[in-house]
Amino acid sequence: MTTSAPLAIEASGLRKSFGTTRAVDGVDLAVPAGSVYGVLGPNGAGKTTTIRMLATLIAPDAGTALVLGHDVVTEADAVRRLVSLTGQLASVDEELTGRENLVMLGRLLGHSWAAARVRADELLAAFDIAEAAGRLVKHYSGGMRRRLDIAASIVVTPRLMFLDEPTTGLDPRSRNQVWEIARALVAEGTTILLCTQYLEEADQLADGIAVIDRGRVIAEGTPGHLKASVGTGALRVRLMDAGRRAEAAALLERTVGPVALEPDPAALAATGADAARAALGVAELARAGIPLAQFSLEQPSLDEVFLALTGHLAEDTPAPSDTLQEQS
Amino acid sequence: MTATTRAPGPADTAAVRRAITSTARPTPPGRLATAVVFGWRGMLKIKHVPEQLLDVTVTPVMFVLMFTYLFGGAIAGSTGAYLDFILPGMLVMSVLFTTVYSGVSLNTDLTKGVVDRFRSLPIWRPAPLLGSLLGDSVRYVLAGTVIIVLGLALGFRPDGGVLGVLGALAVVVVFSFGLSWVFSVLGLLLRSPNAVMNAGFMAIFPLTFLSNVFVDPATLPGPLEAFVQVNPITVLATASRSLMQGEPDGVAITVSLGVAALLTAVFLPLTTRLYRSR
Repeated sequence: MTTSAPLAIEASGLRKSFGTTRAVDGVDLAVPAGSVYGVLGPNGAGKTTTIRMLATLIAPDAGTALVLGHDVVTEADAVRRLVSLTGQLASVDEELTGRENLVMLGRLLGHSWAAARVRADELLAAFDIAEAAGRLVKHYSGGMRRRLDIAASIVVTPRLMFLDEPTTGLDPRSRNQVWEIARALVAEGTTILLCTQYLEEADQLADGIAVIDRGRVIAEGTPGHLKASVGTGALRVRLMDAGRRAEAAALLERTVGPVALEPDPAALAATGADAARAALGVAELARAGIPLAQFSLEQPSLDEVFLALTGHLAEDTPAPSDTLQEQS
Repeated sequence: MTATTRAPGPADTAAVRRAITSTARPTPPGRLATAVVFGWRGMLKIKHVPEQLLDVTVTPVMFVLMFTYLFGGAIAGSTGAYLDFILPGMLVMSVLFTTVYSGVSLNTDLTKGVVDRFRSLPIWRPAPLLGSLLGDSVRYVLAGTVIIVLGLALGFRPDGGVLGVLGALAVVVVFSFGLSWVFSVLGLLLRSPNAVMNAGFMAIFPLTFLSNVFVDPATLPGPLEAFVQVNPITVLATASRSLMQGEPDGVAITVSLGVAALLTAVFLPLTTRLYRSR
């Protein structure tokens, strides 16, 4: 990372406890302006609490944080003017329609009623929710809801956006849309702090990543850097003809890496695959005339990242909301 | 990834880009304007979730009908005489039940993360609470009106006339504002909207029954009568009754308003503090 870029977030020694639980135990962050910065960690690792402190929703017990040059405690209102939150961090109102939500936020941010209505309609059209504009948000589909969430957070384009688990539970198409929107925001100069459990998502979007575990930053770097520290993925293939598995295994063993046979008699996986070697392996299979039903290159999972970085697995099972867990 | 899925077309992205670039940053609105926006939100909720209002008015309506026609004759000699007695009390019950929803809706906002959205905005902090007060007051007046109209339909002809009825409604609504802060605190402390509802009704149901809403306390055993006499709901029901009968009871009215002021003085600051920190 360049040291010359101005910092959008500069946090040092942030701490927060709830009762006897130390949710955040000395987090330092330096997020360059104009980038996407991923904060990765399992539920309960402290990432939501960290972001809530940076977004002025809760005050830290110790440590300091500057967001876009303003102190989150002493200049909270200045910070609030420049940032916005999405997802579980700050919800839209389910008992209002999508349009009413956007009009309300536009008005609260200082637009006149008329301007707020114009802005709401513009966003509804841009985010492909115009036809559901008059429906209550509780009846929205997951993808629609997520798009409204994001539309709500750019009623006035923020300088810094906290993007919380933006694609959890979304189908691939909606997920790509969300990623496109995030990229468009960054192209316009917004900094994004992306909070996620998925390495792939961070890989797709983030320029830099911090991995949080047990309230501390345990690793920092570019996605490539991080993955290199974890090892490589696996090429998984499923053959049209299970009878040719031994032949395919020998071939992949030569071109990609160690092969493991799977319970499915037509499937096998070659470990140690990066994208280039996986492509080579698939090409070799095609050249040998072994027809494939399916193939995929699987990234190391967050569990594997954790195992590699900490020597322990991400502990708790996914809960519907770690916001609430950490709050209580 | 096994398959590439359709990425959003260039048109979508272009529209999103336009939407992102097209805004200048306006200056945040003033305090009053902010509170008005939240008042508007409160009105929209009444429009979109009328069930909430229905829930709390159905019970008092049922009670009016049941008590008047089942017990009216036995308690007061005739259903007409009992209606005169019970209706001002049912106005109290109906509106007080509605106050529980102040806590329920605040808790819903809190657990759904809507409160966090508001707290992340550069707005005057008490505005969401003041705005919901406006929504609540409309709900109180509607709940009270339902009972009054029902009473009139059943033959209730108060001596206090229109002014007396409006006066009674006003005192009850003001008292309810005070009480609603208690439920707001509950709404900020408990874990789910249902918990708030249960706790709220668990408190307000017995308190309403152990008052003079349904029967004259003179017929009760001594210790119970003593309790009923000091129950603020008794005082409020007395105030409501006196206004509707056209003989305003100054003491009861003053005490009712005083209790409302006291509840507000204690629970409003507590509400705003919890709202900030939760």
